[in-house]
Amino acid sequence: MSTTVTEPAAKTPAVNKIGQPLAAYRGAASTLCSGCGHDAITNQIIKSAYELNLESHRVAKLSGIGCSSKTTAYFLGQSHGFNSVHGRMAAVATGVNLANRTLLNIGVSGDGDTASIGLGQFLHMIRRNVQICYLIENNGVYGLTKGQFSATADKGSVQKKGTENDMMPIDCCALAIEMGCSFVARSFSGDMKQLGTLIKGAMVHKGTALIDIVSPCVTFNNHEGSTKSYKFAKDHEEALHEIGFVPHFEPITAEYAEGSTKTIDMPDGSKIVLKKLHRDYDPSDRDNALKLLGQARDERLFLTGLIYMGKPQPELVEQKHLVDAALATLPEAQIRPSAEVLQKIMDSLK
Amino acid sequence: MSSLTANQPSAAGVQARSKVNDLVIQIATSNGSGSQSANAILLRSIFQMGVPVSGKNIFPSNIQGLPTWYTIRANKDGWTARRKEIDVTIAMNIESIQEDIRELRPGGMLILNSELKQFLNRSDIQVHIVPFNELVVQVCPEVKLRKLVTNMIYVGVVGNLLGIDLAEIQKAIDKQFRSKPKAVELNRNAATAGYNWAAEHLVNNREFLIERMDKTTDKILIEGNMATALGFLYGGVTVVGWYPITPSSSVCENLIDLLGKYRHDPQTGKATYAVVQGEDEIASMGFVVGAGWAGARSMTATSGPGISLMAEMAGLSYFAEIPAVITDVQRMGPSTGLPTRTCQGDIIKAYFLSHGDCRHILLIPGNVAEAYEFAMESLNLAERFQTLVFLMTDLDIGMNNWMSDAFPFPAKPIDRGKVLTAEDLERLKFFERYRDLDGDGIPYRTLPGTKHPLAAFFTRGTGHTPAATYSESPENWQANMDRLTKKFDTARQKVPQPVIEKASGSDVGIIAYGSSDIAVKESLAQMESESGLKVDYLRIRALPVNGAVRKYIESHRVAYVVEQNRDAQMASILRMEYPDLAPKIRSILHYDGMPLDARTVSDGVLQSERKK
Repeated sequence: MSTTVTEPAAKTPAVNKIGQPLAAYRGAASTLCSGCGHDAITNQIIKSAYELNLESHRVAKLSGIGCSSKTTAYFLGQSHGFNSVHGRMAAVATGVNLANRTLLNIGVSGDGDTASIGLGQFLHMIRRNVQICYLIENNGVYGLTKGQFSATADKGSVQKKGTENDMMPIDCCALAIEMGCSFVARSFSGDMKQLGTLIKGAMVHKGTALIDIVSPCVTFNNHEGSTKSYKFAKDHEEALHEIGFVPHFEPITAEYAEGSTKTIDMPDGSKIVLKKLHRDYDPSDRDNALKLLGQARDERLFLTGLIYMGKPQPELVEQKHLVDAALATLPEAQIRPSAEVLQKIMDSLK
Repeated sequence: MSSLTANQPSAAGVQARSKVNDLVIQIATSNGSGSQSANAILLRSIFQMGVPVSGKNIFPSNIQGLPTWYTIRANKDGWTARRKEIDVTIAMNIESIQEDIRELRPGGMLILNSELKQFLNRSDIQVHIVPFNELVVQVCPEVKLRKLVTNMIYVGVVGNLLGIDLAEIQKAIDKQFRSKPKAVELNRNAATAGYNWAAEHLVNNREFLIERMDKTTDKILIEGNMATALGFLYGGVTVVGWYPITPSSSVCENLIDLLGKYRHDPQTGKATYAVVQGEDEIASMGFVVGAGWAGARSMTATSGPGISLMAEMAGLSYFAEIPAVITDVQRMGPSTGLPTRTCQGDIIKAYFLSHGDCRHILLIPGNVAEAYEFAMESLNLAERFQTLVFLMTDLDIGMNNWMSDAFPFPAKPIDRGKVLTAEDLERLKFFERYRDLDGDGIPYRTLPGTKHPLAAFFTRGTGHTPAATYSESPENWQANMDRLTKKFDTARQKVPQPVIEKASGSDVGIIAYGSSDIAVKESLAQMESESGLKVDYLRIRALPVNGAVRKYIESHRVAYVVEQNRDAQMASILRMEYPDLAPKIRSILHYDGMPLDARTVSDGVLQSERKK
């Protein structure tokens, strides 16, 4: 009698349209504090990349310095990543974009990295319309150096030690709209559905797409008195609309087809569908978007959703009329003029 | 090419100074008066006469109004370094007139605007008073152009006095204004008017003369920043980030012109390069590092204060091993300093730039031909060594006009260094970003976009393992630092090697670098002819140095390190490299902001040698 060992049949993991399982989009294990909002965002990036069937080698992950910037190691482990210099990811991303326009850049930054040390570069990056999906993991605090205020901390917000912030916060979304960014959203790390939808939209956007994501710091900024705590965010969140993202290869589902919805076409053929809540919100109205952000600030409301989406503008590489291929890999014949040209130049100097 | 042969004069020429084809002309005007074209035409006219020549701007940090000088040195033996003694002064500027008259050497020739004749207070010079303001009215009916056209009249006047052919002046005018026929005509008329007026009205004792020679055949006249730009054009630069700063701006401005003309895809007309002017030097260097990481051949150009702002990125480039090139056109001082004066004051700063232990490769061209050659080579070395490379020029090389042999087409192909493709990875079945597989300290890299499961890695400034994973382990950190040292040591043999410019068997040697070269060479001849002192000369062309420099110092009783800074920066680096040889290393320092001259070098050596 032979012994038959039966094992449960190995379950074939689900794969996306390019045959990749979700796990292929994961990275190294997170070393952030347990419960950190940033990890929730990382998970949404992984899920979004999976759902969009991204080819990992086509992605460059870029970041500055800070807790948020470390997270680029925690997703898309098969993509090149560059954890660069505090506040300077915007410039590094600009260089990457110029060197290889075929890459999708995913930038992860924090409020200190973007709104304090890196504010100038952040604005100039938007002004140039660098191709990047730029996520700010905003907790209003410097985590890695143990709890100092950043420039997005709200006035009246109280530090763990009891110090009150007396400065007005910088609103990265309002600044981005001012600088001409054509995809500006705000979300909350605890709102997975909305966040995932927005990240997908930002990934397929042409040019700079910004999502400012309030992501409470469980260690230094999640206490009574902080305006970037889970409790504050939950209590004060006001969604502009329910939001859905439909990749270009899927039909619009019935859920969004009925009722009061607005469909926005993305450059790659996919669609963002906004379902009206209590407010008749039109994200293509720039002036209204700015007005609303101002009102929300005064009312201490925390507005989430796709705040502004304008007509896509020429990206930096289009403004520069770059060749379609990556500059990085052009052959010598294309980047070194001929001996005849040199002779001509030399003759003109004789 | 090891060194230029264009300016290799013989020692004999220095002995008896002839006034034929051996003179220094200084033109004193005010900034913004448009004298630049006129001065270039005068320079080119002498060049076309076949006489070796150089032109130096001594200008204020100002847009309009402050005094500015242009100095032309014509020398039949090829000595075109600055010479302090001025033979001919063209005095057009009331602001500097007293100083200009005072500084002319006894017996010198003064061409004086008649409006300024009341300042004349010397009788030991020959003076030609010229009514420029009257002459210009006759040739230029348009009032607003008269200031400009006046400059061309002095070109005609001095051209006549020096015996320069009018035809050569006219040819130089045609070349300068080639695309503007109206300007050609106006300027030709003005120069001719000045020329003829001088012939008719001035008593010329023919003491200072330019006579036709054949020493400039096939030579070019070029500014160093243009030479540098040409080097980057032919080096295959693909991404340029920059922020304007004197005296480096014209590197990128020239490069933008050249790229715009010569670097487009022939089918689509699209650009095979990108230039972005950053919001500051930090961003510009960020572009360069980002682009270098993604595989572009990228560079920026700046000067001292810009280098300071780039310091953090420089450290990242070194430690994370990302190719990048910074051109440093050195100028005086911090902040504004003396932005329009030259120096070699950034050597130590550039060599060690950034935090922690950092050392960078410095290429130091000694002339415009090397500026071209080393600009190309800087891109190769940056990719070969996956690190930051500095191209160290200065204002004297960068913004002044130099004569040179025509630049050759690059002899070797572009070097992209150790880059693994998907095919390589498939074959090797192994990739670790920071693993030293070849024993030279240089690891392999892959570029983002490489389609292979092994290709990706994570770049960070933090400690890392050979596989590029995060590590705070002391062993990993130290091993990585030691590998970086090994890589740097490999570079010692691969950078442009030092050149022994003169070996006479003397026990006295000079070590110099960069723009000091031509003055040092003249000084060698000067010392030999004046004092019978034979002096050897080694020229450093890059850092890190290697054993050749050690051997040179060892084989001399004393090595005088000539440099244009106060703190003996290169001498200090040499003493660090060779502590046992420190007592032999002495310094001759020049740091007043003016280009180095032979006299300063000779006096320094001779005084020190007399004391021994």
